Amino acid sequence: MLLILEQLLNGLQLGITLFLMSAGLTLVFGIMQVINLAHGSFYMIGAYVGATVAGHTGSFPLAVGAGVAAAMVTGCLVEFLVLRHLYAREHLDQVLATFGLIMFFNELTRVIWGRQPLFVEVPGPLARSIELLPGLPYPAYRLAVIAVGLLVAAGLWFIFARTRLGMQIRAGAVNREMIGALGVNIKLLYTLVFGLGAMLAGLAGIMAGPILAVESGMGESILILTFVVIVIGGIGSIRGAVAGALLVGMVDTLGRAFLPTILKLFLAASTADGVAASLSSMAIYILMAIVLVVKPRGLFPAHA
Amino acid sequence: MLEVDDITSFYGESKALFGVSLTVRESEVVTLLGRNGMGKSTTIRAIMGLTPARTGTIRYQGREIQALPSYRIARLGIGLVPEGRQIFPNLTVRENLIATAANYRRAPQPYVLTDIFDIFPRLGDRLSHYGNQLSGGEQQMLAIGRALMINPGLLILDEATEGLAPLIRKEIWRGLNILKGKGLAILIIDKNIEALMAIAERHYIMEKGQIAWHGTTAELQQMPELKSRYLGVE
Repeated sequence: MLLILEQLLNGLQLGITLFLMSAGLTLVFGIMQVINLAHGSFYMIGAYVGATVAGHTGSFPLAVGAGVAAAMVTGCLVEFLVLRHLYAREHLDQVLATFGLIMFFNELTRVIWGRQPLFVEVPGPLARSIELLPGLPYPAYRLAVIAVGLLVAAGLWFIFARTRLGMQIRAGAVNREMIGALGVNIKLLYTLVFGLGAMLAGLAGIMAGPILAVESGMGESILILTFVVIVIGGIGSIRGAVAGALLVGMVDTLGRAFLPTILKLFLAASTADGVAASLSSMAIYILMAIVLVVKPRGLFPAHA
Repeated sequence: MLEVDDITSFYGESKALFGVSLTVRESEVVTLLGRNGMGKSTTIRAIMGLTPARTGTIRYQGREIQALPSYRIARLGIGLVPEGRQIFPNLTVRENLIATAANYRRAPQPYVLTDIFDIFPRLGDRLSHYGNQLSGGEQQMLAIGRALMINPGLLILDEATEGLAPLIRKEIWRGLNILKGKGLAILIIDKNIEALMAIAERHYIMEKGQIAWHGTTAELQQMPELKSRYLGVE
């Protein structure tokens, strides 16, 4: 029982990271109809800059600020210098260009930081476990990640639902010509949305620092999960990103944790391990296939 | 206030406007008439910068606008009620009205929500409905309200009452008359000649991407043959 709870929390934490990643990507995809494979690079840049600042100053809050700012600046530059010229082009051109950006950024991090992965220490006050229930200690840092993620989700919801910026973003997602004809500078709005998305990816990257190794190419593994999330949730939908991220986080985590045990009930131990390993790495794709069969536009289509 | 001078426009390689000129003066209501496909909407799209004119000039309050992006044109003071209304379906009535509201030209008494509800009381009862939950008439009222909320000096309506029930049309015309009374300049496209003659001072008739005739309401009244020839009205 405690093990299940612990894995649920792990799933929630993965889900939160995925949400930070997919919120930006789904907005960019949904509003600008542009496919940005380099979104994982913002995650990586956030992680690297955060790790470096944390290493030099020892201050994690400072690292968060620097990493988020670096990711956002990179995002705005990428939008301004590259993507802005690709909005009118086909998706294939966008894929090629942003795939090129991935290679560029991966190489750039190798040039600047070398091939050795960086490790970030868990910030002092959070480097302990909190006993959530008797017999269930849980790392404080992971709890903090969950809390930050929930706060960001609430903040995003507020911006989206309650501010004029959010209304313009939602309106622009449906009818960009009309929003322009009503006096909104859609190019500026796009740059803003892009920067915001990159910022969230950077935040996810910094927070992943103390959990994973910070290394070149770290963005790609999470990028694939992120695309699964936004396809499941419905492209362009923040609500969908929340639902999709939590679903994928849970299915992935719980599948890896419990499939071996479950399969051992009716398979030989060695077979069960093998099958479980491949099944659990496939689980989210099976989930995506099922969702798409039932709801081809995702769980919460952005503009039904 | 608006001077369109000899503009041409293309959709891809096919020419849609062949030297269109028209003017709208301060506080004047002007119509753009003609059968479907004669270039009325294309003219509006050129004015708004949505499909920019390829040659010719468009001036608004003395300023050339034909090369400006549409958001700049809107900010100079042209409010658009587009063909098909194009309400944001995923925003509520209230959000549709306030999302883009602004007072770019520092109007001394900018529109507030209650002003819109004074003109179209129905909208006030639908505040939290989403755009896609409204009837066609409500959507049209909302589209007009949304354009007013950017405090334009010129309101352009592409198909003011198309597809609406007679009672709703009446409400729209009543609303437009209130706006005319406030001194707002209006450029209207519509098929309802009688209603247009009641509200407008001058008329332009378009045929095949050109202005075929223009004149005052009195002149139009004296030439019933114009109606059957260009407008398909008996």
